[in-house]
Amino acid sequence: MSSIRWYKYSSPQTFYPLAGRLAPWFGVTAALVALYGLYISFFLAPTDFQQGEAYRIIFIHVPAAWLSMFLYLIMAAWAAIGLAWHTRLSSMMALAIAPTGAVMTFIALWTGALWGKPMWGAWWVWDARLTSELILLFLYLGFMFLHAAIDDPRRADRAAAVIAIVGAINVPIIYFSVKWWNTLHQGASVSLTKSPTMASTMLWGMLIMSVAFWLYSIAAVLTRVRSVILERERNADWVRQLGENA
Amino acid sequence: MRGERSLFKGLCFAMRPGTLLAVRGVNGSGKTSLLRMMCGLLTPAAGTLKWNDTEIGEAGEEFRAQLIYLGHLNGLKDELNATENLRLSLRVAGIAVNDAEAVAALEWSGLRERRHQPCGTLSQGQRRRVALARLRLSQARPLWILDEPFTALDVASVERTRDLIVNHLAAGGMVALTTHQEVPITAPITATVELGA
Amino acid sequence: MTPPGLLDCMKTVIARDVRIALRRRADVMTSLIFFVIVVSLFPLGIGADPVLLRTLGPGVVWVAALLACMLALGRLFANDHADGTLEQLILSPQPLSLLVLAKTIAHWLTTGLPLVVIAPLLGLQFNLDADALLVLIASLLLGTPTLSLIGAIGAALTLGLRGGGALLALLILPLYIPVLIFGAGAVEATAAALGATAHLSILGALLLCTLVFAPWATALALKIATE
Repeated sequence: MSSIRWYKYSSPQTFYPLAGRLAPWFGVTAALVALYGLYISFFLAPTDFQQGEAYRIIFIHVPAAWLSMFLYLIMAAWAAIGLAWHTRLSSMMALAIAPTGAVMTFIALWTGALWGKPMWGAWWVWDARLTSELILLFLYLGFMFLHAAIDDPRRADRAAAVIAIVGAINVPIIYFSVKWWNTLHQGASVSLTKSPTMASTMLWGMLIMSVAFWLYSIAAVLTRVRSVILERERNADWVRQLGENA
Repeated sequence: MRGERSLFKGLCFAMRPGTLLAVRGVNGSGKTSLLRMMCGLLTPAAGTLKWNDTEIGEAGEEFRAQLIYLGHLNGLKDELNATENLRLSLRVAGIAVNDAEAVAALEWSGLRERRHQPCGTLSQGQRRRVALARLRLSQARPLWILDEPFTALDVASVERTRDLIVNHLAAGGMVALTTHQEVPITAPITATVELGA
Repeated sequence: MTPPGLLDCMKTVIARDVRIALRRRADVMTSLIFFVIVVSLFPLGIGADPVLLRTLGPGVVWVAALLACMLALGRLFANDHADGTLEQLILSPQPLSLLVLAKTIAHWLTTGLPLVVIAPLLGLQFNLDADALLVLIASLLLGTPTLSLIGAIGAALTLGLRGGGALLALLILPLYIPVLIFGAGAVEATAAALGATAHLSILGALLLCTLVFAPWATALALKIATE
């Protein structure tokens, strides 16, 4: 068996078709897993004795929140690689991940609000998790807006990489301080994340949905990185040929 | 690269003691970018620059201790006067200069009477002459990288500066410069780089 | 003469920046006045109930200090970038991160330190008692250098960009949040007769970590911004 020559795909030109072939597979698989996950969330998981039916939104809220944090770290990692080794594709990957991560954060915030309203009568509770998600959204937006504000793509990539890395280092610090702040100001807090006991089906449902979100994110990022590649490399010969053949 | 455009490719040159490197080209051909690459302020998209066989990025502090750069901007603070500017900016560059030496350099530049005025009140040409006074005090530095050193200068100053450069080259220094004006400079070795050709 | 050493260079940079700030007193005063105005806006917007003000006081003073620090960051590198002094700093044989640290120290001396001095007077407007005022000073003394250090990273990244101020805010305000939480928290804890030592120690720890990492990140950002 020949070993996979990964480095062959580190140039935008070779990665472009690969991403194009992989993305649909990830998308379809994501849809199938999501269907299974939703089936579990709506039909298999028992009604929570405390929270009734409305709690089922955690099957979207929790995976979205997990994804938002993981994607930020991965985005920062790609950006750091691009900064250290001057590889263009790495910076393009970071740029492609950012909007998906921001969307995940947004979903987590909305579903958190939708959960909070029937539970505690308020659209927004300043609990540690939701507040950290909000700050994470700002970090994503900062990355994207800084990149957009700089005309030169090389400078934009590198500057955004610095803020991504600084943000990644700060995420644990921010989370810790928000948690501290929250326990101080709310005492025995009503926390969206503290559900009493999780039936194993609930956990299973969340895991399945997380996998679905992962697969969707990969599909979305692969698709987006293709348009980033096209835009960046638009003066290259191979892109022009693509346009001619189309 | 400037944006999407490649400014120049396939450039190769070397400098030995006594070399004058004249960079020529029309506006926008990348002369300033090339000089900034030589300082280490700009990283080339491809290729390397070496000082004494070490890449300038690795040589870092040792390399920067051997060079002096005069760019388009004069590097002067408006709020400080000429003497203060001179002494402080030289100290940052690693050259200690006392008051007497600073005054002597300003005298060479013809600015002795104005040395207590804030540089914000000086004219363009006068500010350039303060920047050149800095050069005069940097003769111990082998490598001089000068971007349009003669711009905005009167005839006498151009002569003075040219003599300064000639002396530096004769003493074994190296000078890389760009200029629009044709200023004859005798040098032991002269090399020319034409950009945009 | 012997070439100047590192400490000498740093002292030179600090002295230069402070001297310039003193000759441009208006810039320095502006952020101080901004601080005072913002703090005074809150009672006007919320009401002058003394109990309410005492509860809100620490947070209000801290948020205003944060915003005032951020406002002043624009001039940290912008002027040097415009007149060519910044590239001379980058070309100095001394490590850029330490020269950047020197600039940040000078910036704090002319921006943060005046805030620390004025803050207790503003605290009085919010009926904070002597203990709380003391802790307010201590928390600001530990916190404002951290704000300057983190802000320097943002100032370097947004150097020369359009819409710089708002973008700078978006970038660094999330990073300021831990300092805000522990800074205001320290004063509130004192007002509630709980100890503030934990908060102040954490503020100190944040300052030390930032002191180590931020100048290096700022130097990197400056090189990226000036290429």
